Amino acid sequence: MRVLKILAAFAILLVLGAGIFVAYAWRSAIDPVDPPAQTSFDRALVARGADLAAIGNCNVCHTAPGREPFGGGLGIQTPFGTIYSTNITPDPETGIGRWSEAAFIRSMREGVDREGRHLYPAFPYDHYTLVSDEDNRALYAFLMTRTAASSTPPENELPFPFNLRMLLAGWKALYFREGPFQPDPIRSEEWNRGNYLTEGLSHCGACHTPRNRLGAEKKDEYFAGAEVENWTVYPINGNSPAPVPWNADSLTFYLRHGWHEHHGASRGSMAPVTANLGSIPEADVKAIAVYVSDVMGRPSQERIARGEAASAAARKESEAPLTVRATSTGNRVGEAIFLSACQGCHDGRRPVPFGGLNLHLSSAVNASNAQNIINVTLFGLPAARGEPSAIMPAYRGVLNQDQLVSLLDYMRERFSDQPAWTDTRERVAATMNGEREVPIYRMDGTTQAPPETSMRTTSWP
Amino acid sequence: MAVTLTVNGTTRQVDADPETPLLYVLRDHLELNGAKYGCGIGQCGACTVMVGNEAVLSCVTPVLLLEGRSITTVEGLGTLEKPGPLQQAFIEEQAAQCGYCIPGMMMRAQALLQADPAVDEAAIRAHLEPNLCRCGTHMRIIKAVMRAGELMRQKSQSGGAS
Repeated sequence: MRVLKILAAFAILLVLGAGIFVAYAWRSAIDPVDPPAQTSFDRALVARGADLAAIGNCNVCHTAPGREPFGGGLGIQTPFGTIYSTNITPDPETGIGRWSEAAFIRSMREGVDREGRHLYPAFPYDHYTLVSDEDNRALYAFLMTRTAASSTPPENELPFPFNLRMLLAGWKALYFREGPFQPDPIRSEEWNRGNYLTEGLSHCGACHTPRNRLGAEKKDEYFAGAEVENWTVYPINGNSPAPVPWNADSLTFYLRHGWHEHHGASRGSMAPVTANLGSIPEADVKAIAVYVSDVMGRPSQERIARGEAASAAARKESEAPLTVRATSTGNRVGEAIFLSACQGCHDGRRPVPFGGLNLHLSSAVNASNAQNIINVTLFGLPAARGEPSAIMPAYRGVLNQDQLVSLLDYMRERFSDQPAWTDTRERVAATMNGEREVPIYRMDGTTQAPPETSMRTTSWP
Repeated sequence: MAVTLTVNGTTRQVDADPETPLLYVLRDHLELNGAKYGCGIGQCGACTVMVGNEAVLSCVTPVLLLEGRSITTVEGLGTLEKPGPLQQAFIEEQAAQCGYCIPGMMMRAQALLQADPAVDEAAIRAHLEPNLCRCGTHMRIIKAVMRAGELMRQKSQSGGAS
């Protein structure tokens, strides 16, 4: 009898708890509206929205390879399954044509769609929540004046229980703090603008901050670097692997142009970001750079000295007569491959970006693993469309695993003062056999997924 | 140092440093002058040959990587008397002006058509992107590659029937 009573009480508690959770998680729908006429939006507002959308990189996730801009359908791989981006064109049936401005602002601020369903944080509302109402109105005006695309994304591929959107209310209770952004009154206006853009629309931390087992950013490892789409994302805090320390000026230049003479070219998942930032006012990029370089902190004397030594080594090699052989490290295979295949561009004789970066200056060689060099060596850097850019030939046709490992070991030993990598062979094997799928981005932000050439289309009006 | 290479089906011994680019060995040692020296840094595609089934830039590929691999150059696609389908198609479409880029174009196209002779124009354009042509012969080159694909499909069909 007593057991039964306890069980009954337990069951009642469970039902009650579930009821309270459902009530807590429930969000109301916002009534659909007739799609607003494109001419109803102020053109200056639309233009500002275009810049903001570029800062937010909306096009990167909301455009599937070869499909309409902002039409959605790109599969985003997460540890929980694949989430497909939605159609954010003003198509009334398949897009957000029937979303009112209020519904759009709520989705950005709270991560809830018009119908009241919780959105997965693959849509980075943990950052977008900081965006001001004013900027959200501009973004809304921009998106509602795009070409409507009739396109329904595939269903998400998420196993139970991750397919239950209601549970996201629990995730939000744990990890989500609602905005908008609050400026820090003792900091400069530029720093605050940079903080607002970096933490809000730019959502830099979505890639540059590692995530915990529930997919939330680890706040105590801010900008500590991670791995995204099988590209290594470098730390952009005090642990930046760049031999020459970044500063606000070099970051501004890099973010706007996609390359810097002391750091090389942007590629991998960063290429679409720099492509977007090249299209917006310089003051906003500079604000981001001011904030991020502040997070990186003032480099120590020792770091500055290391940077100077790396620059000096690079300069010496670029000025040495062509016949000079490299100092032998005993790795004959790696050295021979490097001298013949890599050095011709990477000796630094021709300036970046059309010449390759001298690897004494390379973040990739000094990073915690070899993944980024593996990716560019195997798949190359395809040319940008419609503009001059850095390119690199792909070597997957000739290098076998042993040869690539020798080459990577040689590069690490010759160009970095860091200890040898320990997981190079596993990474090489998994990348060469396709277990690690690597999207290859063009410098203009479009992708080329090896081996076929599907691209993410660019999207600027 | 002696390097053993398999070029167009024949095994050849070459006395060259292991880091010598394949292009130099092909042209200077083996007198296969089809592959051209364009930029020397893997940016123009004039030196393209095939290694196994893949198009490879021979000017930035050291021979030490090629021990035991099968290399095909434009000379391996056919002869003057019996041109291969790609050569035939380029002749029929008159797809050359100065002709300097053409051996590289043909070898990259060969890699594509060998994998799938039924590829469409968009795939050909995308695949040939690394190869540059300064004369502006692109439209004819694309036509020739399409025709070569057709010739290959015909050949494999008639081959299947016999």
